[in-house]
Formats: sequence, structure tokens, C-alpha cells
Amino acid sequence: MSTETTPGSHAAVDDFQPTTWTGSIRKKWLETLPPEKMLPENQPAYVASWIYVFGMLTITALIIVIASGCILTIGGIQWFHESSIGHFVNSLHFWSVQLFFLFMIVHLWGKFWMAAWRGHRGLTWATGAICFMAGLGTAFTGYTITTNFNAQWVAFESKDVMNAVGLGSIINVTNLGQMVVLHVVLLPLAVVAVVAMHVLLVRKHGVVPPIDAIDPEAAVATETAEVSS
Amino acid sequence: MNLFAIDLNEPATYWQIWSWIQVSVPNLIMIIIMLTLFVGALVLPFPKGRDES
Repeated sequence: MSTETTPGSHAAVDDFQPTTWTGSIRKKWLETLPPEKMLPENQPAYVASWIYVFGMLTITALIIVIASGCILTIGGIQWFHESSIGHFVNSLHFWSVQLFFLFMIVHLWGKFWMAAWRGHRGLTWATGAICFMAGLGTAFTGYTITTNFNAQWVAFESKDVMNAVGLGSIINVTNLGQMVVLHVVLLPLAVVAVVAMHVLLVRKHGVVPPIDAIDPEAAVATETAEVSS
Repeated sequence: MNLFAIDLNEPATYWQIWSWIQVSVPNLIMIIIMLTLFVGALVLPFPKGRDES
């Protein structure tokens, strides 16, 4: 009789010998990010601080940005310019973007001052920085597609910026169609992909401890090394 | 009620701080909110979760 193992547990993963590429990917995934790391039930004591809340607040704002953006896309330009519900959803989209950046910047400050790239978390830090840049691009293209005088002013002022940095021949900010596709499809996909990678990396390495705290991940690694030596 | 209304169809007011910093009032308000949140997040006590037996 075989010993029962919890799916995804270390024993089950070690016993599993894949014969297909899908099995190999699953084994690699479970080794890198086992379920107890992916969806933990407990966090270290130092996480009980408001400064650790701002990453999740940023994601919450992003969810509202995407949901309201989907409604705006379905409703269309005339709807969000002329109907009161359209105005409301348009404002919801705008203000949730403001909150997205506000929370993200406080999150950035918190992580910067605790040197969150420690403990092999360099890629987590880098994906956060890329997310910020991709977010800026998405917000910028959003300002150029509101089809009003403000959008026209933003587009024509930024046209000089694009020309100055040598991107004018590729990105035409006065081309409404190009800006709409960038804002509604490509850049949101990039933001969501980078945010997903960022969150998975946070889950893999654990939440960064304060500078004077003991990193549980590092402590376990040290103990394992001492036992095996 | 109109006392608190802000006309968003007009250009923002800009403040010249020293000779080399110019900031719009809306941006300054956002910066102050972010700094307040940051300091608050560091010093305000976090509610305790349920104790595990």
C-alpha cells in the first residue's frame, strides 16, 4: 500500500517523475512555488504593519481601473461623454488611476527604505519598477484618448517629447487609433503580466523583512545547511 | 456646497517654491497625501489579528 501524500507537498513532488513536458513544467512549478507558498495562511509577525498593506491596495485599485475601463470600452466614447452613468464610470476610472499611482508610490517608498531587493529579491524589485513604467505609459495614452480639448493639448505637447527622444516615427501620439489600441490592449496586458510576475516573485521569496528582522526564508536555509554539513 | 467645489475646467494654480521648483496645487496636495499616508503607515498601530491557540 502506497503512502498517501498531500498533492503539491514536497514528498509528492519528489516522488513524481515526469515523462512529458507538461509534467516537467508542473514539477518545476511545484518545486519553485509549492501551494503553501503560493497561498499561505500565515505571515511573519513583522507583516502586521500598515506599510505592508500598500502593495495589495495598489492591486485593488488596478482591479477597479480594469473593470471600469472595460465598461468604458463597451459603452463607447459618446456614452461616457454624454450620459450621467458614463460620466460616473469615467470618473471612477480616472480616480482609481489616481489611487493606483498614489498607493504604488507609497508602496515604492516603503520598499525602498527597507531595501526590498535584499535576499535574492532583485527581480521582484525590477518587475515593480517595470510595472511603474508600464503604468506611466498606460496612463499617458489614456490622457490622449479622452477625445476632448485636454486630450488634444496633451497629445500635441507630448508629440515634441516623442520626437525629442527619437520615438516620434514609431509612436504618433496624435493618432487616436494607435493610442486607443495601446491604452486598451497592449499596455494593460503588459501591466497585468508584470504585476502577476511581481506577485508570484513575492510569493516565491516571501515578504521582505525589515532590516533588523530575521528573514524566515534565510533562517530555514541556514538551518538546512547546518544540518547537512 | 459651492465653497468646496473645484472647477476642473480651468488651468491649475501653480506655486513657485524658491526659484527652481514649480508645482501645481493639485500635485502638491497629492504629494502631501502620499507623505501623510507613508508616515501614518509607519507610526500607526496595526490592528491585532486573531490569536492562534
